[in-house]
Amino acid sequence: MPWVKSARIHSPWLLHLETGGCNGCAIEFIAALTPLYDLERFGMLNTGNPKHADILVVTGCVNARSKRVLRNLYEQMAEPKVVVAVGVCACTGGIFHDGYNLAPGADKVVPVDIYVPNCAARPEAIIDALLTAVDLLAEPTGGDKHVNQR
Amino acid sequence: MSYLRGLGIVLATLFLAPLIGGLLTGVERKVIARLQGRVGPPITQPFYDLVKLWSKQPQAVNRIQVVYVYAHLFFMVVSLLAFLLGQDLLLILFIFSFASVALILGGLSVDSPYSRIGSQREIIQLVTYEPILVLLVIAYYQVTGSFLVSKAWGLTQPLLYTLPLVLASFLPVFIIKVRKSPFDLATQLHEPHQELVKGIITEYSGPYLAMIELASWYELVFLLALVTLFWATDWVGGLVLAAIFFFTVIVIDNITPRVTYSWMVKFVWKVGLGLAVVNVTWLYLWK
Repeated sequence: MPWVKSARIHSPWLLHLETGGCNGCAIEFIAALTPLYDLERFGMLNTGNPKHADILVVTGCVNARSKRVLRNLYEQMAEPKVVVAVGVCACTGGIFHDGYNLAPGADKVVPVDIYVPNCAARPEAIIDALLTAVDLLAEPTGGDKHVNQR
Repeated sequence: MSYLRGLGIVLATLFLAPLIGGLLTGVERKVIARLQGRVGPPITQPFYDLVKLWSKQPQAVNRIQVVYVYAHLFFMVVSLLAFLLGQDLLLILFIFSFASVALILGGLSVDSPYSRIGSQREIIQLVTYEPILVLLVIAYYQVTGSFLVSKAWGLTQPLLYTLPLVLASFLPVFIIKVRKSPFDLATQLHEPHQELVKGIITEYSGPYLAMIELASWYELVFLLALVTLFWATDWVGGLVLAAIFFFTVIVIDNITPRVTYSWMVKFVWKVGLGLAVVNVTWLYLWK
């Protein structure tokens, strides 16, 4: 239905998880929420509650302790949902990719839809990724998409 | 003829009240954004939020939670309808309280600590503002000699002249009910503020959250309608009074931080209840 699609495009609510890293990308993500970049003009709100959120923003390297937190948050979100990995640590593990306690990338734990590689990712890049994520929300490809195939 | 008129009011309320409530919420978000020096969401943003939430996957923790959401919405709509049909103010406030109680029971029916603590705070809020609402009804009775809302529409002198302190004491009640700072203890709707994750509505998602949002629009219209009661002699005066009241609440929301529940109880009972009691006593002794 066109008005459902339009509503999904205009109202994505965010959930942010810092999985444990240098916090650089987390700070850049929060900078995107400040009045300078003003994500709310796209209708985006930082909810802090997985049950209300549409987009999960993951920053930092996913370590052995935060794996289950990430998985748990992802499973509590209602469909349709999109995962955005922000920063090179969340994308591939970055310089920590062969660390003994790390998953090399958030996509080893949850299915990631959009990658923002950078160290640290700029707010402009994050906003670009979130606006791309919105299109995925509007055109969900069905429940099977969110099975980890990697 | 009067039945047809009643039916017309009911239908108009059912469709227009969420429209007005949603637009007011959108205007409020825009005003907040401008006060903070940013562009802000479009005024139609609340409708996007509502449709999006409605189109999401329904996810409920247990079945009784869903029943309480329906009860919350139903009693909120009924209290607004009863008000606009000119019914008994005392009964309307009982129905209105039951709408809050339904939300509290829904919050208490799940095991989440955030939801439970949020519900307990909501109970404290209910205890805090309920005496003021009862005093408002008593003061209304003292002036008009009736509990019927329709009595106010026939007055020649606005109620504000005889009940100024009661309107002042209604301000904290309004802020508590629309969940604005400094009294946004139990939860915050359509705001990025976080306290206890989302407090009483933490465990609601998708269509059920949309229903709570919709109920909050009916609630906003109901509370503003209560304000117009203080200037019920003409339409324009009532609307202007409600607009001033609403804008005051937005400004207070933006310049105050969240307080603790004990501070809220102390402040609202000392100042709010005090003002209402003074007004009622004054009416009793000198009128």
